[in-house]
Amino acid sequence: MSEFRWHRKDLLGLRTLEAVEIRHILDTAKSFQDVSLRSVKKVPALRGKTVANLFLEPSTRTRVSFELAEKRLSADTIQIQKTGSSMVKGETLKDMCRNIESLKVDLVVMRHSFSGAPFRLARHLKASVINAGDGINEHPTQALLDMFTVLEKKGKIEGLNITFIGDILHSRVARSNIWGLTKLGANVTVCGPKTLIPVGIEKLGVRVTYDLNEAVEQADVINLLRIQLERQSESFFPSIREYATAYQINKNVLKRAKSDVVIMHPGPVNRGIEITSDVVDGPYSVILDQVTNGIAVRMAVLFLLCGTAGTETEE
Amino acid sequence: MINLLIKNVKIVDPAKNEKTADVQLPVADVLIHEGKITKIGSGLNASGEKTLDGTGKCLMPGFVDLHTHFREPGFEAKETIVTGAHAGLKGGYVASVSMPNTFPPCDHQGVIDNIIRKAKEVPYYIFPSGTISKGREGKELSEMADLKNAGIVAVTDDGDWVGDALLMRRAMEYASMLDLIVMSHCEDRRLSAGGVMNEGLTSTRLGLKGITAASEEIAVARDIELARLTGAHLHLCHLSTARSVELLARAKKEGLRVTAEVTPHHIGVSEEIIEGYNTNAKMYPPLRTNQDIAVLKQALKDGLIDCIATDHAPHTPEDKMCEFDVAPFGVIGLETAFGIVMSELYHAGGWTLGAIAAIMSRNPAVILKKEERFGLIREGIEANLALVDPSLEWTVTSEELRSKSTNSCFIKRKLKGKVLATVCAGQLWEF
Amino acid sequence: MADKERKVLSEADVQRALIRISHEILERNHGIKNLVIVGIRTRGVFLAERLCANIQTIEGSKLPLGYLDITLYRDDLGEIGPRPVVKQTELPFDPTGKVVILVDDVLYTGRTIRAALDAIIDFGRPKAIQLAVLIDRGHRELPIKADYVGKNLPTAKEEQVIVKLSETDQTDEVVIAGGSNE
Repeated sequence: MSEFRWHRKDLLGLRTLEAVEIRHILDTAKSFQDVSLRSVKKVPALRGKTVANLFLEPSTRTRVSFELAEKRLSADTIQIQKTGSSMVKGETLKDMCRNIESLKVDLVVMRHSFSGAPFRLARHLKASVINAGDGINEHPTQALLDMFTVLEKKGKIEGLNITFIGDILHSRVARSNIWGLTKLGANVTVCGPKTLIPVGIEKLGVRVTYDLNEAVEQADVINLLRIQLERQSESFFPSIREYATAYQINKNVLKRAKSDVVIMHPGPVNRGIEITSDVVDGPYSVILDQVTNGIAVRMAVLFLLCGTAGTETEE
Repeated sequence: MINLLIKNVKIVDPAKNEKTADVQLPVADVLIHEGKITKIGSGLNASGEKTLDGTGKCLMPGFVDLHTHFREPGFEAKETIVTGAHAGLKGGYVASVSMPNTFPPCDHQGVIDNIIRKAKEVPYYIFPSGTISKGREGKELSEMADLKNAGIVAVTDDGDWVGDALLMRRAMEYASMLDLIVMSHCEDRRLSAGGVMNEGLTSTRLGLKGITAASEEIAVARDIELARLTGAHLHLCHLSTARSVELLARAKKEGLRVTAEVTPHHIGVSEEIIEGYNTNAKMYPPLRTNQDIAVLKQALKDGLIDCIATDHAPHTPEDKMCEFDVAPFGVIGLETAFGIVMSELYHAGGWTLGAIAAIMSRNPAVILKKEERFGLIREGIEANLALVDPSLEWTVTSEELRSKSTNSCFIKRKLKGKVLATVCAGQLWEF
Repeated sequence: MADKERKVLSEADVQRALIRISHEILERNHGIKNLVIVGIRTRGVFLAERLCANIQTIEGSKLPLGYLDITLYRDDLGEIGPRPVVKQTELPFDPTGKVVILVDDVLYTGRTIRAALDAIIDFGRPKAIQLAVLIDRGHRELPIKADYVGKNLPTAKEEQVIVKLSETDQTDEVVIAGGSNE
């Protein structure tokens, strides 16, 4: 256990974190895992603190996970939800900041459909800001819980071959994972149709392949990304049928994989498209462990940031 | 009408001394009487007239901007002709080509009349441009002959590219008949759709949607071919990529009537400043890479790119105070252009003062065919001048901007080279 | 600072105190039936392990042993500052109906013990909780009292009581460091 102490006000992404900070969050999360297993699933660590969950883009999983994490830390929580872009049009980011400030909130958990929005919010707020997913940029707590799950299943991250399959271009989960995993020494491969691979990603120290078999063969961990059906109409691929033929993870494909491969998915899963049901429910899948671990990881982040709320943002 | 004597000033006349070494530039007194340059010589005396000491300073022809968005009519919260003109004067400018994406757009002579009338209040020279298509919709030609009678010097649908090649062909044919410049905002909108910054490693790092350089280059290539076909004078606005420069070089080598501009921000900052999702770093074309910047600077030096144009595009703080994805494109530039050009090209690039004055005043004046009145310093012509200190260091702050908007990507930037006074249409403005 | 340290318990003193406390625990609870022992991280854990070993030597069987990290129950978490490192709590038993021997190295303000009591109660409802400490240095800020004390050590607030244990500090001893140059 490191004696490192957390100093940042916000968790905006893994791009700007040091490896030691990522490790510290993962270490801290380990200590929160057992809270959810007790009869009283609650500790008083955030008693008297107020957390605003500002979800400006529809989300169920992440929102519920954060809410549970907050409750298990005894924080008071408020939910602010808006769907669509009405929020953007009617209320500027600055107004949003001022309102939140007036509510005397200690922590803001923000989900937003535009990249960078939490960065701008954080600069104007004394409260800590946790990015719960911004546009196509980052989803740091998801990546942390993925990494936590890898650690739990494989005992390490360094040197592992970790493959992401699917829509890398629009995936904040992939981006955050790439930042985090490369910092901790994993070998990351991304695989998908060329249209869905971001420009220049190999310069981030990532291997790119368009061939599923190649992507699967040496993988210790396969992390699948949800394919969004509307991408078809934007000509990213000709049809879901063709996508599934080329990139679906099923029993047949897994015959080429290592015998101890672990299959992850940030959810929600499109059964029968990027992954078949037998694999989702099969022995390689750790998808439900990810959900459970998400609470511990988010508790750790909330706990660490609560100590620095009200300090100045760096830069 | 000002009577003014500027004593002992280094005279930078790009019409004569574009290539002269700085140390060989003449130092003289300049006498302005009733708004006209009446005498340039040494030991001039004029009792009772205002005198400025020009020791250590330079006198350049007032700058000419081919690309200013005054926002009036329609968006007076962002800028007006009067505030925009004052911003121009502070930056050493005496004349601007106004952009027609107003509301209503400049597709009708009444709008043009109004702009010219308002500019006279300052006074400041505005040479309006009109739209290529009615309503800037890219469907039917504007009444260009009528607009020309009202005073336009160019046509452009700036802010949008004319995607329809047939319409653009007709526009170029018609405009060339009227001797109007066709200014093109080169952007294939289908290809750039959804993008908010340059596509590349940085957009991937920041998780922002990219605008590929090809969306500009495709448009540049097509418009050059249409210029060849029609013989029109094509002026390429705000070039930003290395490949665009290559296409331009080929067109110029062939002797086509193609001219081009680059903005101060495209040579002054790279895409990397978007790091903190600062919406004042969002404009079209997007800030590009350091390699592009190097090519653009070299192209300016080689005379491939003719001039600096600011693409001064004001937006209110409210417009910009939002998420990067939804913020409007555009930054202001009139007041910082000279400082950037001096810092980047003169101090860091080893240019001569004559060459600086050429890209700021002489070359745009030549493009506008107004080289007898602008871009030179002569006895007998109206005084349109910028008195500058080439080495004065200053820091850009939003408080000191005269523009109605403060959406500059250079706030807090330290610059070397500042405009101290501008003489425009017989009036003196000191800063 | 080293020259200002004053040794108050030697290695042998520490061992003697722990043996005495082991006997007192057994005496007071009439054996080991229904007893569990819980050490507070960090040094309370090593003391709990030693008490556990002593009791095993005396009684011939082993007490259930748990480890408690009280960080999440601290009453100063509301204050701004970097969060302390959270270590794991491991209670491999349900404390309900048990007599819990809570072990820490130094009893001072009582706030750590308050936090520990809350933490244990979140895991179940013990029949009783008894407190064993190696040093009681006084200056209580809460109405808390130890049941077993290795040594009562009157101190000034400026002074520092340092418990060194061989598990982490190479040696067993207790020293007082002067507050003047703190």
